[in-house]
Amino acid sequence: MNLQLAEDGRLRHLLTLDGLPRAIITQILDTAESFMDVGEREVKKVPLLRGKSIFNLFFEPSTRTRTTFEIAAKRLSADVVNLNIATSSQTKGEAILDTVDNLAAMHADMFIVRHAQSGAAHFIARHVAPHISVVNAGDGRHAHPTQGLLDMFTIRRYKGEFHNLTVAIVGDVLHSRVARSQIHALTTLGVPEVRVIGPKTLLPAGVEQMGVRAFHDMEAGLAGCDVVIMLRLQNERMKGARLPSAQEYFKFFGLTPEKLALAKPDAIVMHPGPMNRGVEIASEVADGPQSVILPQVTYGIAVRMAVMAMLAGGATA
Amino acid sequence: MHASLPDANTLIARLADAIAPTLTPDTLIVGIHTGGVWVAERLHALLQCTKPLGTLDISFYRDDFSRIGLHPQVKPSNLPFDLEGRAILLVDDVLHTGRTVRAAMNELFDYGRPASIRLAVLVDRGGHELPIRPDFAGLTIAVPDHQNINLSRLDDGHLTLTLA
Repeated sequence: MNLQLAEDGRLRHLLTLDGLPRAIITQILDTAESFMDVGEREVKKVPLLRGKSIFNLFFEPSTRTRTTFEIAAKRLSADVVNLNIATSSQTKGEAILDTVDNLAAMHADMFIVRHAQSGAAHFIARHVAPHISVVNAGDGRHAHPTQGLLDMFTIRRYKGEFHNLTVAIVGDVLHSRVARSQIHALTTLGVPEVRVIGPKTLLPAGVEQMGVRAFHDMEAGLAGCDVVIMLRLQNERMKGARLPSAQEYFKFFGLTPEKLALAKPDAIVMHPGPMNRGVEIASEVADGPQSVILPQVTYGIAVRMAVMAMLAGGATA
Repeated sequence: MHASLPDANTLIARLADAIAPTLTPDTLIVGIHTGGVWVAERLHALLQCTKPLGTLDISFYRDDFSRIGLHPQVKPSNLPFDLEGRAILLVDDVLHTGRTVRAAMNELFDYGRPASIRLAVLVDRGGHELPIRPDFAGLTIAVPDHQNINLSRLDDGHLTLTLA
Protein backbone atom coordinates (compact mmCIF):
# COMPACT_ATOMS: atom_id res chain seq x y z
CA MET A 1 0.00 0.00 0.00
CA ASN A 2 1.26 3.43 -0.87
CA LEU A 3 0.79 5.59 2.20
CA GLN A 4 1.25 8.76 0.16
CA LEU A 5 -1.73 8.36 -2.14
CA ALA A 6 -5.43 8.21 -1.34
CA GLU A 7 -7.59 5.52 -2.96
CA ASP A 8 -8.54 7.92 -5.75
CA GLY A 9 -4.87 8.58 -6.53
CA ARG A 10 -4.80 11.99 -4.90
CA LEU A 11 -1.75 13.05 -2.88
CA ARG A 12 -2.42 12.44 0.81
CA HIS A 13 1.04 12.76 2.39
CA LEU A 14 4.38 13.66 0.85
CA LEU A 15 6.99 11.40 2.38
CA THR A 16 9.37 10.36 -0.41
CA LEU A 17 9.77 10.73 -4.16
CA ASP A 18 10.61 7.03 -4.42
CA GLY A 19 7.64 5.51 -6.23
CA LEU A 20 5.72 8.78 -6.56
CA PRO A 21 4.05 8.65 -10.00
CA ARG A 22 5.38 10.88 -12.73
CA ALA A 23 1.91 12.40 -13.22
CA ILE A 24 1.82 13.59 -9.59
CA ILE A 25 5.34 15.06 -9.80
CA THR A 26 4.40 16.88 -13.00
CA GLN A 27 1.18 18.12 -11.42
CA ILE A 28 3.14 19.52 -8.46
CA LEU A 29 5.56 21.31 -10.81
CA ASP A 30 2.69 22.72 -12.92
CA THR A 31 0.82 23.89 -9.85
CA ALA A 32 4.00 25.52 -8.50
CA GLU A 33 4.32 27.38 -11.79
CA SER A 34 0.93 29.01 -11.25
CA PHE A 35 1.88 29.97 -7.69
CA MET A 36 5.00 31.77 -8.95
CA ASP A 37 3.21 35.07 -9.50
CA VAL A 38 1.59 35.22 -6.06
CA GLY A 39 4.89 36.48 -4.60
CA GLU A 40 4.80 39.43 -7.01
CA ARG A 41 1.33 40.69 -6.14
CA GLU A 42 0.35 43.57 -3.95
CA VAL A 43 -1.28 41.08 -1.57
CA LYS A 44 1.12 38.13 -1.52
CA LYS A 45 -1.58 35.72 -0.45
CA VAL A 46 -4.30 33.50 -1.83
CA PRO A 47 -7.11 32.29 0.44
CA LEU A 48 -6.85 28.54 -0.34
CA LEU A 49 -5.81 27.32 3.12
CA ARG A 50 -7.68 29.89 5.16
CA GLY A 51 -8.62 28.43 8.53
CA LYS A 52 -6.14 25.53 8.28
CA SER A 53 -3.49 25.04 10.94
CA ILE A 54 -0.07 23.89 9.85
CA PHE A 55 2.53 22.81 12.39
CA ASN A 56 6.21 22.92 11.53
CA LEU A 57 7.65 20.09 13.63
CA PHE A 58 11.39 20.47 13.50
CA PHE A 59 13.15 17.86 15.60
CA GLU A 60 16.38 18.88 13.87
CA PRO A 61 17.45 22.48 13.32
CA SER A 62 16.93 24.17 9.95
CA THR A 63 16.61 27.77 8.89
CA ARG A 64 15.98 27.82 5.16
CA THR A 65 13.63 24.86 4.89
CA ARG A 66 11.56 25.87 7.91
CA THR A 67 11.36 29.48 6.74
CA THR A 68 10.30 28.61 3.19
CA PHE A 69 7.62 26.23 4.51
CA GLU A 70 6.41 28.99 6.81
CA ILE A 71 6.27 31.58 4.04
CA ALA A 72 4.56 29.12 1.70
CA ALA A 73 1.90 28.31 4.29
CA LYS A 74 1.32 31.99 5.03
CA ARG A 75 0.96 32.84 1.33
CA LEU A 76 -1.80 30.22 1.26
CA SER A 77 -3.43 32.01 4.24
CA ALA A 78 -2.89 29.09 6.65
CA ASP A 79 -2.08 29.61 10.31
CA VAL A 80 1.44 28.41 11.02
CA VAL A 81 2.93 27.28 14.29
CA ASN A 82 6.66 26.62 14.48
CA LEU A 83 7.95 24.13 17.00
CA ASN A 84 11.64 23.57 17.48
CA ILE A 85 11.21 20.40 19.40
CA ALA A 86 14.89 19.73 19.84
CA THR A 87 14.76 22.50 22.41
CA SER A 88 11.40 21.79 24.04
CA SER A 89 9.42 18.70 25.00
CA GLN A 90 11.83 16.16 23.59
CA THR A 91 14.44 17.27 26.06
CA LYS A 92 11.85 16.60 28.75
CA GLY A 93 11.50 13.08 27.40
CA GLU A 94 8.09 13.29 25.67
CA ALA A 95 7.60 10.54 23.11
CA ILE A 96 7.20 11.70 19.51
CA LEU A 97 3.67 10.34 19.13
CA ASP A 98 2.58 12.05 22.34
CA THR A 99 3.80 15.32 20.89
CA VAL A 100 1.84 14.63 17.70
CA ASP A 101 -1.32 13.63 19.59
CA ASN A 102 -1.19 16.81 21.61
CA LEU A 103 -0.90 18.94 18.51
CA ALA A 104 -3.69 17.00 16.80
CA ALA A 105 -5.84 17.79 19.85
CA MET A 106 -5.17 21.45 19.03
CA HIS A 107 -6.84 20.76 15.64
CA ALA A 108 -3.80 20.56 13.42
CA ASP A 109 -4.49 19.96 9.71
CA MET A 110 -0.95 19.35 8.52
CA PHE A 111 2.43 18.46 9.97
CA ILE A 112 5.69 19.45 8.32
CA VAL A 113 8.23 17.11 9.88
CA ARG A 114 12.00 17.19 10.00
CA HIS A 115 13.80 14.57 12.04
CA ALA A 116 17.29 13.09 12.26
CA GLN A 117 15.87 9.55 12.14
CA SER A 118 15.03 8.05 8.76
CA GLY A 119 11.36 7.09 8.64
CA ALA A 120 10.15 9.60 11.23
CA ALA A 121 7.64 11.23 8.85
CA HIS A 122 6.31 7.81 7.76
CA PHE A 123 5.91 6.87 11.40
CA ILE A 124 3.82 9.97 12.07
CA ALA A 125 1.82 9.61 8.84
CA ARG A 126 0.80 6.07 9.83
CA HIS A 127 -0.36 7.32 13.20
CA VAL A 128 -2.38 10.47 12.44
CA ALA A 129 -6.13 10.75 11.83
CA PRO A 130 -7.29 10.61 8.18
CA HIS A 131 -7.85 14.36 7.81
CA ILE A 132 -4.25 15.21 8.75
CA SER A 133 -1.51 15.34 6.11
CA VAL A 134 2.20 14.90 6.74
CA VAL A 135 5.02 16.42 4.70
CA ASN A 136 8.52 15.07 5.13
CA ALA A 137 10.91 18.02 5.39
CA GLY A 138 13.94 15.74 5.69
CA ASP A 139 14.35 12.47 7.61
CA GLY A 140 17.83 11.17 8.42
CA ARG A 141 19.60 9.95 5.31
CA HIS A 142 16.35 8.86 3.71
CA ALA A 143 14.51 11.61 1.83
CA HIS A 144 13.88 15.33 1.43
CA PRO A 145 11.12 15.31 -1.17
CA THR A 146 10.30 19.03 -1.35
CA GLN A 147 13.98 19.80 -1.93
CA GLY A 148 14.03 17.20 -4.72
CA LEU A 149 10.88 18.75 -6.24
CA LEU A 150 12.19 22.31 -6.12
CA ASP A 151 15.36 21.09 -7.80
CA MET A 152 13.25 19.55 -10.58
CA PHE A 153 11.30 22.80 -10.85
CA THR A 154 14.59 24.71 -11.18
CA ILE A 155 15.88 22.35 -13.86
CA ARG A 156 12.63 22.58 -15.81
CA ARG A 157 12.65 26.38 -15.64
CA TYR A 158 16.19 26.61 -17.02
CA LYS A 159 16.30 23.60 -19.32
CA GLY A 160 12.67 23.19 -20.34
CA GLU A 161 12.71 19.41 -20.74
CA PHE A 162 14.12 16.39 -18.94
CA HIS A 163 14.41 13.80 -21.70
CA ASN A 164 17.63 15.18 -23.21
CA LEU A 165 19.64 16.03 -20.10
CA THR A 166 22.78 14.79 -18.42
CA VAL A 167 22.72 15.62 -14.71
CA ALA A 168 25.60 15.14 -12.25
CA ILE A 169 25.21 15.05 -8.47
CA VAL A 170 28.55 15.71 -6.82
CA GLY A 171 29.78 15.00 -3.31
CA ASP A 172 28.59 13.16 -0.26
CA VAL A 173 25.86 11.04 -1.83
CA LEU A 174 26.20 8.43 0.90
CA HIS A 175 24.81 10.61 3.68
CA SER A 176 22.55 12.78 1.54
CA ARG A 177 18.76 12.55 1.70
CA VAL A 178 18.71 15.34 -0.88
CA ALA A 179 20.66 13.23 -3.38
CA ARG A 180 18.34 10.26 -2.90
CA SER A 181 15.26 12.39 -3.55
CA GLN A 182 16.90 14.00 -6.59
CA ILE A 183 17.85 10.65 -8.08
CA HIS A 184 14.31 9.26 -7.72
CA ALA A 185 12.78 12.39 -9.26
CA LEU A 186 15.28 12.62 -12.13
CA THR A 187 14.82 8.98 -13.14
CA THR A 188 11.03 9.20 -12.80
CA LEU A 189 10.95 12.29 -15.02
CA GLY A 190 12.94 10.48 -17.69
CA VAL A 191 16.40 12.06 -17.46
CA PRO A 192 18.46 9.65 -19.59
CA GLU A 193 21.75 10.10 -17.75
CA VAL A 194 22.08 10.72 -14.05
CA ARG A 195 25.62 10.64 -12.68
CA VAL A 196 26.95 10.65 -9.16
CA ILE A 197 30.50 11.88 -8.59
CA GLY A 198 32.44 11.50 -5.38
CA PRO A 199 35.19 9.64 -3.54
CA LYS A 200 34.54 5.92 -3.02
CA THR A 201 34.02 6.51 0.69
CA LEU A 202 31.11 8.89 0.03
CA LEU A 203 29.19 6.97 -2.66
CA PRO A 204 26.83 4.24 -1.45
CA ALA A 205 27.74 0.67 -2.42
CA GLY A 206 25.55 -0.45 -5.31
CA VAL A 207 24.44 3.08 -6.14
CA GLU A 208 24.17 1.98 -9.79
CA GLN A 209 21.05 0.03 -8.84
CA MET A 210 19.29 3.39 -8.46
CA GLY A 211 19.78 3.93 -12.20
CA VAL A 212 22.82 6.22 -12.04
CA ARG A 213 26.42 6.07 -13.29
CA ALA A 214 29.14 6.44 -10.66
CA PHE A 215 32.31 8.45 -11.26
CA HIS A 216 35.27 8.95 -8.96
CA ASP A 217 36.88 11.82 -10.77
CA MET A 218 35.43 15.16 -11.76
CA GLU A 219 37.02 15.36 -15.22
CA ALA A 220 35.19 12.32 -16.57
CA GLY A 221 32.04 12.90 -14.54
CA LEU A 222 31.40 16.51 -15.50
CA ALA A 223 32.07 16.13 -19.21
CA GLY A 224 29.00 17.09 -21.22
CA CYS A 225 26.74 17.80 -18.22
CA ASP A 226 23.74 20.14 -18.53
CA VAL A 227 23.17 20.37 -14.79
CA VAL A 228 25.70 20.14 -11.95
CA ILE A 229 24.26 19.68 -8.47
CA MET A 230 26.72 20.13 -5.62
CA LEU A 231 25.99 18.59 -2.23
CA ARG A 232 26.95 19.99 1.13
CA LEU A 233 29.93 18.27 2.74
CA GLN A 234 29.15 17.86 6.38
CA ASN A 235 32.04 18.62 8.69
CA GLU A 236 31.42 15.58 10.83
CA ARG A 237 32.40 13.37 7.86
CA MET A 238 35.91 14.63 8.22
CA LYS A 239 36.05 13.50 11.81
CA GLY A 240 34.61 10.13 10.80
CA ALA A 241 37.79 9.46 8.83
CA ARG A 242 36.03 9.25 5.47
CA LEU A 243 38.12 12.15 4.19
CA PRO A 244 41.63 13.35 4.93
CA SER A 245 40.89 17.09 4.99
CA ALA A 246 38.66 19.82 3.60
CA GLN A 247 41.55 21.17 1.53
CA GLU A 248 42.19 17.84 -0.11
CA TYR A 249 38.46 17.35 -0.77
CA PHE A 250 38.29 20.76 -2.44
CA LYS A 251 41.31 19.90 -4.59
CA PHE A 252 39.67 16.78 -6.01
CA PHE A 253 35.91 17.38 -5.75
CA GLY A 254 35.39 21.10 -5.15
CA LEU A 255 33.66 22.85 -8.06
CA THR A 256 36.03 25.48 -9.46
CA PRO A 257 35.62 27.51 -12.66
CA GLU A 258 38.21 25.20 -14.31
CA LYS A 259 36.27 22.05 -13.46
CA LEU A 260 32.94 23.63 -14.40
CA ALA A 261 34.41 24.40 -17.83
CA LEU A 262 34.32 20.64 -18.49
CA ALA A 263 30.52 20.67 -18.44
CA LYS A 264 28.46 22.18 -21.27
CA PRO A 265 28.94 25.96 -21.64
CA ASP A 266 25.31 26.59 -20.65
CA ALA A 267 25.34 24.16 -17.71
CA ILE A 268 23.62 25.38 -14.55
CA VAL A 269 25.06 24.92 -11.06
CA MET A 270 22.77 24.04 -8.16
CA HIS A 271 23.29 23.57 -4.42
CA PRO A 272 20.63 22.79 -1.79
CA GLY A 273 22.42 24.95 0.81
CA PRO A 274 23.88 25.77 3.16
CA MET A 275 27.13 25.99 1.20
CA ASN A 276 30.66 25.43 2.45
CA ARG A 277 32.55 27.86 0.26
CA GLY A 278 36.03 26.60 -0.45
CA VAL A 279 35.08 23.02 0.46
CA GLU A 280 32.59 21.71 -2.12
CA ILE A 281 32.25 24.88 -4.17
CA ALA A 282 34.44 27.86 -4.99
CA SER A 283 32.96 31.31 -4.42
CA GLU A 284 33.60 32.25 -8.08
CA VAL A 285 31.23 29.44 -9.09
CA ALA A 286 28.66 29.93 -6.32
CA ASP A 287 28.33 33.62 -7.23
CA GLY A 288 29.03 33.15 -10.93
CA PRO A 289 26.77 33.47 -13.97
CA GLN A 290 25.97 29.76 -14.15
CA SER A 291 24.81 29.55 -10.53
CA VAL A 292 21.06 29.21 -9.94
CA ILE A 293 21.44 28.67 -6.21
CA LEU A 294 19.38 31.69 -5.13
CA PRO A 295 16.56 31.08 -7.63
CA GLN A 296 16.33 27.59 -6.09
CA VAL A 297 15.41 29.22 -2.79
CA THR A 298 12.71 31.39 -4.39
CA TYR A 299 11.25 28.44 -6.30
CA GLY A 300 11.19 26.44 -3.06
CA ILE A 301 8.35 28.63 -1.83
CA ALA A 302 6.14 28.06 -4.91
CA VAL A 303 6.85 24.31 -4.84
CA ARG A 304 5.98 24.04 -1.15
CA MET A 305 2.79 26.04 -1.77
CA ALA A 306 1.86 23.56 -4.49
CA VAL A 307 2.47 20.56 -2.24
CA MET A 308 0.47 22.02 0.64
CA ALA A 309 -2.40 23.11 -1.62
CA MET A 310 -2.63 19.66 -3.21
CA LEU A 311 -2.58 17.98 0.19
CA ALA A 312 -5.18 20.24 1.76
CA GLY A 313 -7.62 20.36 -1.14
CA GLY A 314 -10.38 17.79 -1.27
CA ALA A 315 -9.00 16.00 1.75
CA THR A 316 -11.04 12.99 2.81
CA ALA A 317 -12.51 14.65 5.88
CA MET B 1 -32.99 19.74 -25.63
CA HIS B 2 -33.71 23.34 -26.50
CA ALA B 3 -34.70 24.01 -30.07
CA SER B 4 -31.51 25.92 -30.72
CA LEU B 5 -29.35 28.47 -28.97
CA PRO B 6 -28.40 31.68 -30.73
CA ASP B 7 -25.03 31.86 -32.45
CA ALA B 8 -22.31 32.83 -29.96
CA ASN B 9 -20.75 35.35 -32.32
CA THR B 10 -24.06 37.13 -32.80
CA LEU B 11 -24.45 37.33 -29.04
CA ILE B 12 -20.93 38.73 -28.62
CA ALA B 13 -21.64 41.40 -31.23
CA ARG B 14 -24.86 42.30 -29.40
CA LEU B 15 -22.93 42.46 -26.13
CA ALA B 16 -20.29 44.74 -27.68
CA ASP B 17 -23.00 47.08 -28.98
CA ALA B 18 -24.51 47.34 -25.51
CA ILE B 19 -21.17 47.96 -23.83
CA ALA B 20 -19.72 50.40 -26.36
CA PRO B 21 -21.60 53.58 -25.27
CA THR B 22 -20.59 53.03 -21.62
CA LEU B 23 -16.93 52.30 -22.25
CA THR B 24 -14.43 54.83 -20.94
CA PRO B 25 -10.94 55.02 -22.45
CA ASP B 26 -9.32 53.76 -19.26
CA THR B 27 -11.57 50.69 -18.88
CA LEU B 28 -9.67 47.44 -18.43
CA ILE B 29 -11.20 44.21 -19.75
CA VAL B 30 -10.58 41.08 -17.70
CA GLY B 31 -11.76 37.61 -18.79
CA ILE B 32 -12.26 34.64 -16.48
CA HIS B 33 -10.65 31.36 -17.64
CA THR B 34 -11.48 29.62 -19.85
CA GLY B 35 -14.66 30.60 -21.69
CA GLY B 36 -14.68 34.13 -20.29
CA VAL B 37 -11.26 34.75 -21.81
CA TRP B 38 -12.52 33.69 -25.26
CA VAL B 39 -15.45 36.13 -24.99
CA ALA B 40 -13.20 38.85 -23.56
CA GLU B 41 -10.75 38.46 -26.46
CA ARG B 42 -13.60 39.05 -28.95
CA LEU B 43 -14.97 42.01 -27.01
CA HIS B 44 -11.50 43.48 -26.66
CA ALA B 45 -11.16 43.42 -30.46
CA LEU B 46 -14.72 44.57 -31.26
CA LEU B 47 -14.51 47.46 -28.80
CA GLN B 48 -11.05 48.39 -30.13
CA CYS B 49 -9.71 48.52 -26.61
CA THR B 50 -6.12 49.75 -26.54
CA LYS B 51 -5.30 48.55 -23.03
CA PRO B 52 -3.93 45.01 -22.65
CA LEU B 53 -6.41 42.24 -21.90
CA GLY B 54 -6.33 40.74 -18.40
CA THR B 55 -7.07 37.11 -17.57
CA LEU B 56 -8.03 35.52 -14.27
CA ASP B 57 -7.86 31.92 -13.15
CA ILE B 58 -9.94 31.81 -10.00
CA SER B 59 -8.87 28.30 -8.92
CA PHE B 60 -7.05 29.63 -5.86
CA TYR B 61 -10.19 31.48 -4.76
CA ARG B 62 -12.89 28.85 -5.20
CA ASP B 63 -15.20 28.24 -2.25
CA ASP B 64 -15.42 24.50 -2.97
CA PHE B 65 -11.64 23.94 -2.74
CA SER B 66 -11.78 21.98 0.51
CA ARG B 67 -14.34 19.61 -1.04
CA ILE B 68 -13.04 19.08 -4.57
CA GLY B 69 -9.41 20.22 -4.36
CA LEU B 70 -7.29 22.06 -6.82
CA HIS B 71 -8.01 21.94 -10.53
CA PRO B 72 -5.04 20.14 -12.05
CA GLN B 73 -4.54 22.71 -14.82
CA VAL B 74 -4.48 26.05 -13.09
CA LYS B 75 -3.50 28.79 -15.53
CA PRO B 76 -1.69 31.77 -14.15
CA SER B 77 -3.71 34.94 -13.75
CA ASN B 78 -2.30 37.70 -15.90
CA LEU B 79 -3.20 41.29 -15.11
CA PRO B 80 -0.60 43.32 -17.02
CA PHE B 81 -1.64 46.64 -15.51
CA ASP B 82 -2.14 48.38 -12.19
CA LEU B 83 -5.86 48.19 -11.47
CA GLU B 84 -5.77 50.66 -8.59
CA GLY B 85 -8.54 53.20 -9.20
CA ARG B 86 -9.42 51.80 -12.65
CA ALA B 87 -12.76 50.80 -14.18
CA ILE B 88 -12.87 47.03 -14.74
CA LEU B 89 -15.12 45.18 -17.13
CA LEU B 90 -15.20 41.59 -15.90
CA VAL B 91 -16.20 39.05 -18.56
CA ASP B 92 -17.43 35.47 -18.22
CA ASP B 93 -19.18 33.09 -20.58
CA VAL B 94 -22.07 31.81 -18.46
CA LEU B 95 -23.45 33.28 -15.23
CA HIS B 96 -25.02 30.57 -13.09
CA THR B 97 -24.65 30.55 -9.29
CA GLY B 98 -22.45 33.66 -9.19
CA ARG B 99 -19.74 31.88 -7.16
CA THR B 100 -17.14 32.22 -9.91
CA VAL B 101 -17.76 35.96 -10.10
CA ARG B 102 -17.51 36.23 -6.31
CA ALA B 103 -14.11 34.46 -6.44
CA ALA B 104 -12.97 36.66 -9.35
CA MET B 105 -13.81 39.83 -7.45
CA ASN B 106 -11.92 38.60 -4.40
CA GLU B 107 -8.89 37.90 -6.56
CA LEU B 108 -9.08 41.31 -8.27
CA PHE B 109 -9.02 43.01 -4.89
CA ASP B 110 -5.82 41.17 -3.99
CA TYR B 111 -4.17 43.05 -6.87
CA GLY B 112 -5.48 46.46 -5.90
CA ARG B 113 -8.61 48.54 -5.39
CA PRO B 114 -10.45 49.17 -8.64
CA ALA B 115 -12.75 52.22 -8.91
CA SER B 116 -15.55 50.04 -10.29
CA ILE B 117 -16.26 46.54 -11.57
CA ARG B 118 -18.98 45.79 -14.10
CA LEU B 119 -19.94 42.32 -15.22
CA ALA B 120 -20.57 41.24 -18.81
CA VAL B 121 -21.66 37.65 -19.56
CA LEU B 122 -22.52 35.93 -22.79
CA VAL B 123 -25.40 34.05 -21.17
CA ASP B 124 -27.24 34.61 -17.88
CA ARG B 125 -28.86 31.24 -17.32
CA GLY B 126 -30.43 31.97 -13.91
CA GLY B 127 -29.98 29.86 -10.78
CA HIS B 128 -28.19 32.65 -8.93
CA GLU B 129 -27.15 31.83 -5.36
CA LEU B 130 -25.51 35.17 -4.55
CA PRO B 131 -26.58 38.80 -4.98
CA ILE B 132 -24.66 39.05 -8.24
CA ARG B 133 -26.33 40.20 -11.49
CA PRO B 134 -24.78 41.04 -14.84
CA ASP B 135 -24.54 44.63 -16.09
CA PHE B 136 -24.56 43.27 -19.64
CA ALA B 137 -25.87 39.91 -20.86
CA GLY B 138 -25.89 38.71 -24.46
CA LEU B 139 -28.75 36.33 -23.68
CA THR B 140 -30.96 35.85 -20.63
CA ILE B 141 -32.55 32.43 -20.47
CA ALA B 142 -33.94 30.24 -17.68
CA VAL B 143 -32.19 26.87 -17.78
CA PRO B 144 -33.31 24.10 -15.41
CA ASP B 145 -30.79 23.07 -12.73
CA HIS B 146 -30.09 19.64 -14.24
CA GLN B 147 -29.01 21.18 -17.55
CA ASN B 148 -25.80 22.96 -18.45
CA ILE B 149 -24.91 25.60 -21.00
CA ASN B 150 -21.36 25.28 -22.31
CA LEU B 151 -19.26 27.48 -24.53
CA SER B 152 -16.71 25.60 -26.59
CA ARG B 153 -14.11 26.71 -29.08
CA LEU B 154 -13.36 24.80 -32.25
CA ASP B 155 -9.89 24.48 -33.75
CA ASP B 156 -10.65 27.33 -36.17
CA GLY B 157 -11.48 29.60 -33.23
CA HIS B 158 -15.25 29.44 -33.80
CA LEU B 159 -17.28 29.67 -30.58
CA THR B 160 -20.43 27.59 -30.05
CA LEU B 161 -22.99 27.35 -27.28
CA THR B 162 -24.47 23.98 -26.41
CA LEU B 163 -27.16 22.95 -23.97
CA ALA B 164 -26.95 19.50 -22.43
